[in-house]
Amino acid sequence: MFKIIEAQFIAPGIKRFILDAPRISRKQKPGQFVILRIYEQGERIPVTIENSDPALGTISIVVQSAGKTTRLLNSLNPGDYILDVVGPLGKPSKIEKLGTVVVVGGGVGTAMAYPSAAAFKRAGNRVITIIGARNKDLVILEQELRSVSDALMITTDDGSYADKGFVIDKLRQLIENGTRIDLVLAIGPIVMMRAVAELTREENIRTVVSLNPIMIDGTGMCGGCRVLIDGKSEFACVDGPEFDAHKVNFEVLVQRNGMYRDAEQRSLAAYQCQTAKKTPVHDEDEHCAVAQRSER
Amino acid sequence: MSPVAKQSINPLSPKERIKVPRQLMPEQPADERNKNFEEVNLGYGPELARQEALRCLECAKPTCTDNCPVGVKVKEFVELIVAGDFLGAAAKIREDNVLPAVTGRVCPQEDHCEGKCLLSRKVKPLGIGYLERFVADYEQRMGNHVLPTVAPTGKKVAVVGSGPSGLTVAGDLIQKGHKVRVFEALHELGGVLVYGIPEFRLPKQIIREQLDYMRELGVEFETDVVVGRTVTIDELIEEEGYDAVYIGTGAGLPQFMGIPGEHLNGVYSANEFLTRINLMKAYKFPTYDEPMVDLHGKDVAVIGGGNTALDAIRSALRLGARKAYVIYRRSDTEMPARAEEVHHARQEGIDFQMLTAPVEFVSDGNGWLTAARCVRMELGEPDSSGRRRPVPIKGSKFDLPLSVAVMAIGTTANPIVQSTTPGLGTDKRGYIQANSETQRTTRRGIFAGGDIVTGAATVILAMGAGRRAAGSIHDYLTTGQW
Repeated sequence: MFKIIEAQFIAPGIKRFILDAPRISRKQKPGQFVILRIYEQGERIPVTIENSDPALGTISIVVQSAGKTTRLLNSLNPGDYILDVVGPLGKPSKIEKLGTVVVVGGGVGTAMAYPSAAAFKRAGNRVITIIGARNKDLVILEQELRSVSDALMITTDDGSYADKGFVIDKLRQLIENGTRIDLVLAIGPIVMMRAVAELTREENIRTVVSLNPIMIDGTGMCGGCRVLIDGKSEFACVDGPEFDAHKVNFEVLVQRNGMYRDAEQRSLAAYQCQTAKKTPVHDEDEHCAVAQRSER
Repeated sequence: MSPVAKQSINPLSPKERIKVPRQLMPEQPADERNKNFEEVNLGYGPELARQEALRCLECAKPTCTDNCPVGVKVKEFVELIVAGDFLGAAAKIREDNVLPAVTGRVCPQEDHCEGKCLLSRKVKPLGIGYLERFVADYEQRMGNHVLPTVAPTGKKVAVVGSGPSGLTVAGDLIQKGHKVRVFEALHELGGVLVYGIPEFRLPKQIIREQLDYMRELGVEFETDVVVGRTVTIDELIEEEGYDAVYIGTGAGLPQFMGIPGEHLNGVYSANEFLTRINLMKAYKFPTYDEPMVDLHGKDVAVIGGGNTALDAIRSALRLGARKAYVIYRRSDTEMPARAEEVHHARQEGIDFQMLTAPVEFVSDGNGWLTAARCVRMELGEPDSSGRRRPVPIKGSKFDLPLSVAVMAIGTTANPIVQSTTPGLGTDKRGYIQANSETQRTTRRGIFAGGDIVTGAATVILAMGAGRRAAGSIHDYLTTGQW
C-alpha cells in the first residue's frame, strides 16, 4: 500500500501525485518509470516518474486522464492509497555532457521530459526545451522547465498561448537557423516522436525517444512490451524505455498499442456510467448506453 | 532377500502388495473440465490413500528418497499412511519439503521418486505424488499445523523471489532460527506458481495456504520490490544488515523465434498469456481491468512442447477457443511435457500438430494475426541435445488459420540482478554461476538457485536447489566460513 501525500490538478485532466515510496525515491533516476495497480481488480500500468525526494521518501508522478485506470487514479486524493507501486523500472536516461541538447516534450510527456532536462543541464549541457500542448490550459511545468533550460519554446495547437503550431515546427526552425544540436530527446505522443525522428534522421542528429508500450510485469518476464528496434525485438521495460529514435519501428508500436482498444473503451464506458450514477450532473444515459452496447 | 523390513505394520506380503493395482486418481470428466478452471485431478480420499500406501515395498535402501531433489522420506511417510496417521505423514514430509501440496500436484514424479520405485520393474510404481498430495490436503483441511519452536540465531537472510526455490529456502531457514525476509517483484507471492501454473493444475488457494503457514512460522514478505532496481543486493547487505542473500529470481525473458509477423496483435509469449490469465485474471474482464484477446470461438495455437505450452493451450480451450492446437517441431517421444499432462490434454480435445513449425505469422492487413504459415518436418541426425534434429520437408508449406498464437519455446536469463551486483559471476548464457552442491555464487554471502542458475527447469528442481542452499547458508551463518 502506497499512501498519496499530495494530489493536485496542474491542468484540466492532468494531476500530479506525491506518493510515499521510500525505496523507490532512493533509487529513481531520470527516465525511469513505475508500474502501478490501484486496487485488487486493477490492471498494471506504467507511469513515468517525474521526480523524487529521497529525504522525504516520496516520488511524484503526473497522470493524464485517458482510460478507466488513469481516470480512477485521478479521482484519488491525499490520504488515499494505491495498492501497488513498483520501480524504479527501465534503464535511466543516459546523461552525458554533449554540448547542446534539445528536449522536446509533448502533452503529458512534458512531465517526463522535465527530470531529464534538469539532469542534462546539471551535466553541463546547453539545454533548449520545446514543449507543446493542445491549448493554454494544458501547458504544464513551464516555470520548472524554464529554470533548467537555457531557452524554452512553447507551442499550442490552437495558438491560445505562446506560438501557434507544433513542437516539430520549433525544432525545424532551430535546425534551419543552423543551431548545432548534439542530441534530441523527445517524449510525448507517438505521432510527435515519429515526426521528430523523421526530421532528425534527415539531418543526422542523434535522437532518443522514450516509448510507452503496453506492459504487465515491467521486469522482462512477459515480453508484452516488445518493440521492433532496427528489425530486432527488444523489451521496453528492460532494454528501454529510451531507444535510438532512428531505429524504432513506430508503425508496429502504434499497432500493438491499439491491441486492446475495444476493451479499453468498454472499460471506460462502464466506469463513466458508474461514476455518472453517483454524480447526476454528468450525462449518465450516454455512457451507460455505450457500456451496455459493448457488453458481450 | 526380501526388501520388506521385519517389523512392518503392513499386513500384506510383498507378493500381495504387487498384486494390488495402482489406485486411479479420480478426475473431472474431460468434456466438463475443458470448460472450467476447476482442478483436473480430484485427489485421493483416505480409503484410496491407504489402499495405495499398502503397495509400498518398504525397500531397505529406498531409491525413491535418493532420487527426490529435496529428499522426502517416502518410505516413512507412506508407512504412517498405512498406520492411519495422516497428520504424522504430513509432518514427516514437511521435514524435507515445505510445499507438499504444491509438489504433490506439479512435480514430475516419474522422473524422480516414482521413476526409481522398485515396483515399476514389474507393475506400475507407487503413487507417491498422489499420496503426498493427499496428506498435504488432509493436513490443510484439519487446520492442524505443528509449528516447531526454535531459538533465534540473530542472523538475517534476504530471499530474492518468492517462487518454489525462494520459499523452500525461507521455510528451511526460518526453522533453523534465522530471520527471513522474502522480496517479490510482482504484487502477489508465489512466482511461477501463481503467474505461470494455471488454476486447473494448481489452485491458487493452495499457495495462499502454504504462504499463510510460512507467515505463521515467522517468514516476512515484501511485494513490489524488484531487487536490482528497487534495492540492490549490496544495499541489502550493507544498509539493511542481511547476513546472507539467496537469489531465486526464476525464469527469465521469453524467447521468440525471430520469424516474420511475431509482432502482430494476437501473438503472445506464453509468459504474457499465462500472466494475463493467472495473475491478472484477464479472463474475468471487465470485472478485472486487465484485458486479453477474447478467445471465444477463436482458433488458438501454442508453439512448443513443454509443460508451459500445455498449460497455455489448455487454458485457451477453457476460455472458449474453438480449435486449440499444439504445434511442435519434433515428435511425441521428444516432447518435454509430462506424460500425464499430454494425456490430459488429448482427452480434453487439444489437436497436436506434431513435426510442424511456423515459418511466418500472417497478417490480416490490419495488424492482427490471421494464420500461421507452417512447414512439416522430418527427423534427421541427432543434434547437440542428442535428440534427432527436425528438418523441413520441401514443398510442405501450409497456412493454419489462427487468431491467437502463443510462443512457448523457452526463456533466456533475466539480467537485472546480475547487471546490478558487481562481482557476481555468470555463465556464457547469462545465468548466475553457483556451485551445484552449496549453491554458493562467486560472491561471499550470496547464494543462488533455481531457473536463474540452471535455465528453465521444474518446480521440484528449483526446490532441491533451495534445500541445498538453505543447508549451506545455515553452515555459513553458524561457522562464518566461506
